[in-house]
Amino acid sequence: MPNPALTEAVYYILLSLIKPRHGYGIIQNVEALSGGRVRLAAGTLYGAINTLLEKNWIRALPGEKDSRKKEYIITDDGRQALSDELARLRELLDNGNRIMEENGL
Amino acid sequence: MRKVIHKWFWAWEAEKEEKWLNEMCAKGLGLASVGLGRYEFEDCTPGAYQYRLEFLEHSPTHPESVQYIHFVEDTGAEQIGSITRWVYFRKKTEDGPFDLFSDNASRIKHLSRIIALLLALNIFNLYIGCYNIFLAITWNSPANYFGIINLVIGALLFYGIFKLHRQRKALKKEQQIFE
Repeated sequence: MPNPALTEAVYYILLSLIKPRHGYGIIQNVEALSGGRVRLAAGTLYGAINTLLEKNWIRALPGEKDSRKKEYIITDDGRQALSDELARLRELLDNGNRIMEENGL
Repeated sequence: MRKVIHKWFWAWEAEKEEKWLNEMCAKGLGLASVGLGRYEFEDCTPGAYQYRLEFLEHSPTHPESVQYIHFVEDTGAEQIGSITRWVYFRKKTEDGPFDLFSDNASRIKHLSRIIALLLALNIFNLYIGCYNIFLAITWNSPANYFGIINLVIGALLFYGIFKLHRQRKALKKEQQIFE
């Protein structure tokens, strides 16, 4: 069974983590990607990161011990989830466009 | 100049408390430290900070909480203080909007955390209250009528749980359409 729809936050977090980033880096990247529309709040992001770590869709990069700014990167499972989501989004978009067009909207 | 204000907010009034702190800051009094029912303010440029409260999953000194607080601080906020499991954050307004939660799922999770604690306290109080009143009646020991205090606290907690439950229900309803 395919994964259910990703939340907007998770989708953008996974996209951001194609390159290694720390928490604040994710927030800034998502804000830039969405033209300022999506501002991930720290609490929400922290919860999402922990869930994604548990699901093994992202992993923490080994960093310096003293550095508290952990960096994360997407895993193969995460990349799979992302491409499944892209296929789902494409379906949504294609259907939307087609039906709107057929009805002259 | 420092100014101390004593004021009480119940655990289910966090939103009201946040609003009050932000209004105080808009008037030029920024919260600098907190105690139980005690707020210490210092002069600040009006509206310089935005304040947010969160009820943590663990005590503020727990390693997981420490890690979380650092995470929030790394996004440009600072921790003002904490009482029990409540932690107070603020962020400079010039650094952009400040929220701890940006979707309904995490707001619901936060409310559930508060509700769970209040429920546990409530059950404990009702149990102690009923037990004492039972003793008072069966053993004819008037001192145990103090159990009524537990029942009153239980009723108050019940009211708080009801208020939070309603907030959570509204969010869940919204979640059927929006994230």
